[in-house]
Amino acid sequence: MTAVIEIRDLHKYFGDLEVLKGIDFQVEEGEVVCIIGPSGSGKSTLLRCVNRLEEATSGTILIEGDDITDADADVDALRTRIGMVFQQFNLFPHLDVLHNLTVAQTKVLKRGKKEADQIAHDVLERVGLLDKISEYPIRLSGGQQQRVAIARALAMNPDMMLFDEPTSALDPELVGEVLDVMRKLAREGMTMMVVTHEMGFALEVGDRVVFMDDGIVVEEGAPSVVLQEPKTERARRFLRMVTDK
Amino acid sequence: MAMKPRQRQRLFRWLMYGIGIVVVVLAIVLGDWERIGFNFFNLEVMADMFPEVLTIAARNTIIYTLMSFAIGLVGALVLALMKLSSIAPYRAFAIAYIELFRGLPALITLILIGFGIPIAFQGIRIPGGRVGAGVLGLSIVAAAYMAETIRAGIEAVPRGQSEAARSLGMSANRTMFTIVLPQAFRIIIPPLTNEMVLLIKDTSLFFVLGTTPLTKELTKFARDFMIEIRNATPLTVAALVYLAITLPLTWLVRKLEKRAAMSR
Repeated sequence: MTAVIEIRDLHKYFGDLEVLKGIDFQVEEGEVVCIIGPSGSGKSTLLRCVNRLEEATSGTILIEGDDITDADADVDALRTRIGMVFQQFNLFPHLDVLHNLTVAQTKVLKRGKKEADQIAHDVLERVGLLDKISEYPIRLSGGQQQRVAIARALAMNPDMMLFDEPTSALDPELVGEVLDVMRKLAREGMTMMVVTHEMGFALEVGDRVVFMDDGIVVEEGAPSVVLQEPKTERARRFLRMVTDK
Repeated sequence: MAMKPRQRQRLFRWLMYGIGIVVVVLAIVLGDWERIGFNFFNLEVMADMFPEVLTIAARNTIIYTLMSFAIGLVGALVLALMKLSSIAPYRAFAIAYIELFRGLPALITLILIGFGIPIAFQGIRIPGGRVGAGVLGLSIVAAAYMAETIRAGIEAVPRGQSEAARSLGMSANRTMFTIVLPQAFRIIIPPLTNEMVLLIKDTSLFFVLGTTPLTKELTKFARDFMIEIRNATPLTVAALVYLAITLPLTWLVRKLEKRAAMSR
């Protein structure tokens, strides 16, 4: 197996505050890695460093062998290989669903309109929203918006997907439909890095769980081990708090 | 004296009504209505002004406004992007430009452009002659005002929008022009329309650069007519034409603002 994402000694400061204190780990091809931990532990920052929405202070991140932290890296080209899904969906409200899915295909990948439309159709079908193709985002429920956001990322044919708390902004009854789409993606072999609070999803779909706290990886391993028999006291305390809810 | 707040409010309100009624009655009683009618609402004079007041004066006012608005808008966009740039000299230039031309009376800017440039740069002629100089001067002023509006619009678009666009591989410029600006302009259409109403009135300053019978805008046209016939009716007519242009625009702004408020 080859590493699709390789993070080496990653440090990140916001001013004087060190939010990532030396992170090392890899994500293999087809692997689903779930990152859990209390808020403020640096998991979202870590994810955002992977496609350089945040600049790492030091350390390296290799995307399929290419260093995205290099000052001379072609970040825009690298980002087309990395799909990203945000907590707040971030669909483009001035474009209908079809154009949300085609704008980057035509402008960045220079695909023709016909090809882009066809791909948009295909990915919308995969997330089960083909009937919403000409709606504007404001007319969709949160769950539908997030599924469109996943489709928008998929339309670029990325080699890997990053999910930044994709269900945290959703009403409870809408969480399931988004997790279903992600589960399907994982089964199809997509390489995924998922920051989440959905322990059930991490246990069922994750190949590996990484528990972060205070800017470091405290514990990582098989989901059944990390989530059910954590070795560290910090992980035990966190999991107790989450499951008590 | 003890008075309940509601009583006090009611007393104050009737006091205001009373003052208003007294002023109106005084104006009616003291006004010389025959002279007012002859000097301000003279039907013969009104008839004399048509059709030129529309075919030349109003037409010029609208053309000058639209040209200044269009050129000013392009300038404003460039200035707004410079002000938001990460490159310090760009920011400094934009700030200096905006503060300078918002701080100067438009009249002085027009004179500086119209008379200053030909003196300072001999052999350089502004295309379009005096009208060109007027449009250029007003565009420069309008750009300064609208730059701040556009900058505010850009900053009102949520950060997540550009993050999503960047994560799809769009460059910073592409993100600005295909994702951020279309949303920003939707937000700032009402304030931009207000800028246009202000511009309509500022075209009355063009007279300082000199006019010909065919380049007069509404105010200059009315003033010349007024002096020629020694009667103020042309001003009344010009005022009504201004209102006929600006009132529909302000009505449109209110409608757009209501619609923008609803789509949030």
